Amino acid sequence: MATPSPKPIIDLTGITKNFGSFQALKGIDATIYEGEFFSLLGPSGCGKTTLLRMIAGFETPTDGSIVIAGQDMEGVPANRRPTNMVFQSYAIFPHLSVAENVGYGLKTRKMPKAEITREVEQSLKMVDLGGLGDRAAHELSGGQRQRVALARALVMKPKVVLLDEPLSALDKKLRDQMQVELRQLQQKLGITFILVTHDQEEALTMSDRIAVMFEGRIAQLASPEELYRRPVDKRVASFIGVMNFLDAKASGRMNGHLALDIPALGSIELPTAQIPEGMDIQNLDSIGIRPEMLTILFDGSEPTEQVARGQVTGTAYYGDMTYYSVRLPGHTADVTISMRNTAGRSIVPPGSEVPVGWGADSIVLFQ
Amino acid sequence: MNSVRKGLSPKWLVFYAVAYMVFLYAPVILLPMFAFNDATIISFPLTGFTTQWFDVLWKTEALHGAVRNSLVVGVTSAVLSTILGACAARAAARYRFPAKRGIMSFIMLPLVLPEIIVAVALLVLLIQLGMPLSLATVVLGHVLICTPFAIAILNSAFQGLDQSLEEASYDLGESRWGTFRRVVLPLVMPGIVSSLLITFTISLDEFIIAFFLTGTEVTLPVYIWSQLRFPAKLPSVMALGTILLTLSVLLLILAEWFRRRSARKQGIEASATGGFA
Amino acid sequence: MLTGERRQGLVLISPTLLYSLLLLAAPLVMVVTFSFWTQNYLELDTTLTLDNYREAWSKPIYRTLLLRSLKISLIVTVVTVTLAFPIAYYLSFHVKHRKALWLFLITVPFWTSYLLRVFLWKVILGYNGVLNTALTGMGIIDQPLTFLLYNANAVVLTLAHAWAPFAILPIFVALEKIDRSLLEAAEDLGDGPVRRFFRITLPLAMPGVVASTLIVLIPTIGDFITPKLVGGTDGLMIANMIQIQFGKANNAPLGAALAISSMLIVASISAVIFFAGKRFGGKVK
Repeated sequence: MATPSPKPIIDLTGITKNFGSFQALKGIDATIYEGEFFSLLGPSGCGKTTLLRMIAGFETPTDGSIVIAGQDMEGVPANRRPTNMVFQSYAIFPHLSVAENVGYGLKTRKMPKAEITREVEQSLKMVDLGGLGDRAAHELSGGQRQRVALARALVMKPKVVLLDEPLSALDKKLRDQMQVELRQLQQKLGITFILVTHDQEEALTMSDRIAVMFEGRIAQLASPEELYRRPVDKRVASFIGVMNFLDAKASGRMNGHLALDIPALGSIELPTAQIPEGMDIQNLDSIGIRPEMLTILFDGSEPTEQVARGQVTGTAYYGDMTYYSVRLPGHTADVTISMRNTAGRSIVPPGSEVPVGWGADSIVLFQ
Repeated sequence: MNSVRKGLSPKWLVFYAVAYMVFLYAPVILLPMFAFNDATIISFPLTGFTTQWFDVLWKTEALHGAVRNSLVVGVTSAVLSTILGACAARAAARYRFPAKRGIMSFIMLPLVLPEIIVAVALLVLLIQLGMPLSLATVVLGHVLICTPFAIAILNSAFQGLDQSLEEASYDLGESRWGTFRRVVLPLVMPGIVSSLLITFTISLDEFIIAFFLTGTEVTLPVYIWSQLRFPAKLPSVMALGTILLTLSVLLLILAEWFRRRSARKQGIEASATGGFA
Repeated sequence: MLTGERRQGLVLISPTLLYSLLLLAAPLVMVVTFSFWTQNYLELDTTLTLDNYREAWSKPIYRTLLLRSLKISLIVTVVTVTLAFPIAYYLSFHVKHRKALWLFLITVPFWTSYLLRVFLWKVILGYNGVLNTALTGMGIIDQPLTFLLYNANAVVLTLAHAWAPFAILPIFVALEKIDRSLLEAAEDLGDGPVRRFFRITLPLAMPGVVASTLIVLIPTIGDFITPKLVGGTDGLMIANMIQIQFGKANNAPLGAALAISSMLIVASISAVIFFAGKRFGGKVK
């Protein structure tokens, strides 16, 4: 994974946006670095698209400032910003050919014709559409349209490429493939990409850093791994992946450890280093644990640090994985446990009593 | 689909449809029949083939004046109503503004108002203002009734225009005017042409408003009205009607072709009913 | 306060709106004002009075004309819409390809000069007309039929012909919008073809039926060409009287009062039809 270079390319300070009485953005502060793949992730209506369109210049902030490459963008219209956008609908001009689409912005810059032709061809090659310049826009498949939209943005050599849910219109297979290609292209070019998506998987696989947004605020801005392992609150935790929440109480602190009482799993001691910064342990009311951090112990399984007992209430077979619903004592809702279907391992039928293994280091504390 | 077919017996429906079309076309078929009939009386049986009624048209000076007047009125009305219609259709498709529904219904009102009301109302106003009746006053009335048709046609052209196309153009560095010239105009052009053709055809055929608002110079329908009183003139009126019908149908086919091209350009399936739906 | 978008929208629509205000709203206001004035030979008396309305509503000739216009318009509307529905239904449900061609063919006669179309009906229905010649020729009748032309029937027939495309199109559009799986669902739930038609198709097509009813009803009241050419004395309608008042009789205020009276009647009938249609059609928009 590329470490973000320390040079900021976009500075967002105190951005708010009101649509009438509705506040779409409630104070956004963030710095995006040069060469970084940055994602805005959140459910629909969280303000992520508004924020992206603000950077592009299609919306004006009610308050706050946007600085791109050291220049304040206030009063700078979309057609004079060093950003280019890949639209959700791709916005391929239907009356122009592929080459004319890609060369659209260069023609605006009054670049000589021969040079435009060269740049367009180069840019089309970059997105694997070499030689398709003469195609009419309506002859393209969904995936091809997406590539033309990307080539049209890249040919402008922008400082930042903005992508508004660029993969949402593609089917699953093509989407997975484009995720990899987009990421590779971005790393090769070293241009900053800002991606808006509601798909957490997409954000996790492609981004250097992700800003998770809820209701007009950034709830957490961190690397994908950090987001997954150390979500700051229950909302982030349940938006990214699956998380089992269990009631818990802090019962005391002793020599660098936190004593924790979890009715469903038992009592354990946790190193205080695991307490998130700024958390008052008095307010701690639950813990989270990912499905893959819980294990159903089979004969011959590797021993785990802790073992609880539970009863299987249901199974869902996913081919490579099986998801178990398991009732733990003292916990009314079932927890989800994911198990890899390795050779020779049969599926435990519902009703079975099983030992459930887990480890203290996989626990996330919430208040 | 078979289950739907059982709804009403298609055999009877087909029979009915054919009968209905005969009813619709009965008067239209007669038009060329009498135009080429070698008799001064408009009645059956037909007596023989002639083109003399068309020759008469060439020699009638008053008719030529009426044709010229109608062309002037038609072209002017078509251009003005298409411009006004384009403004309204664009505003309705692209922007939200206060009292939008009310304003749009008001502009579309002439579509359901009896033409005699429109004509009489304009007449009263013009008389009060002391404005002399002329071809210009006919144009004023025609623009009023043609604009709703222009809006209906252009609505689909402007509504099919994805807003992100314009945004993409700005995003790629183009100015507002440049975006209009390079993206908006080429995409709505077929709709504009089709609106020009339809509004021209409407103005060319319109009688009631022209009848009330015209001065000494008359348009073609007003001329025809004056001729209907003279039985001797009728065969040449039939010839004139035949020419007009052919012209209108050609213009309509042309307009429809442009509208479909517009829809295809934007990758939209052309709806069968066009902008009137 | 107006945001940028709202202002831009208003600026863009202002030329069209201004035109309509000057040449539609202003004239209509003018007509209303006129109807409260009186004509003294060449002079216009601008004292406000209800005399014109009193005359329009009490004099037998105007009352007869108003009532007859209303009757003829309503009959025309019912006939036109009833005849149009099966065609729209056929187009929507049974024509698979070439729908656009059918629609085009339906609208072609409408683009013939209106005057000539009306006149040609006179040719068809006249004493020595096409119909009589054909029927006598075939030996079906001995004497030409005289009830064909110069009466209210001729007016109804001619107007039903003139407004056919306007009645077909809205119904066709409404039928096209009906989700075909609804019909299959109704059948699946045990409805036969007839029940299904009355429980699903007709209620869902109601907005179209109401639209075509209004589109035909309102303008036919204002037609004076058809009555004049094929109506005879029994077929004259209120619009002919309005035309006479504004023309030969030179009594524009009375003409204005007649015009407004007929518009008020039509408007109230339209409102009744509109709301009745809404009730029958249920919550369909």
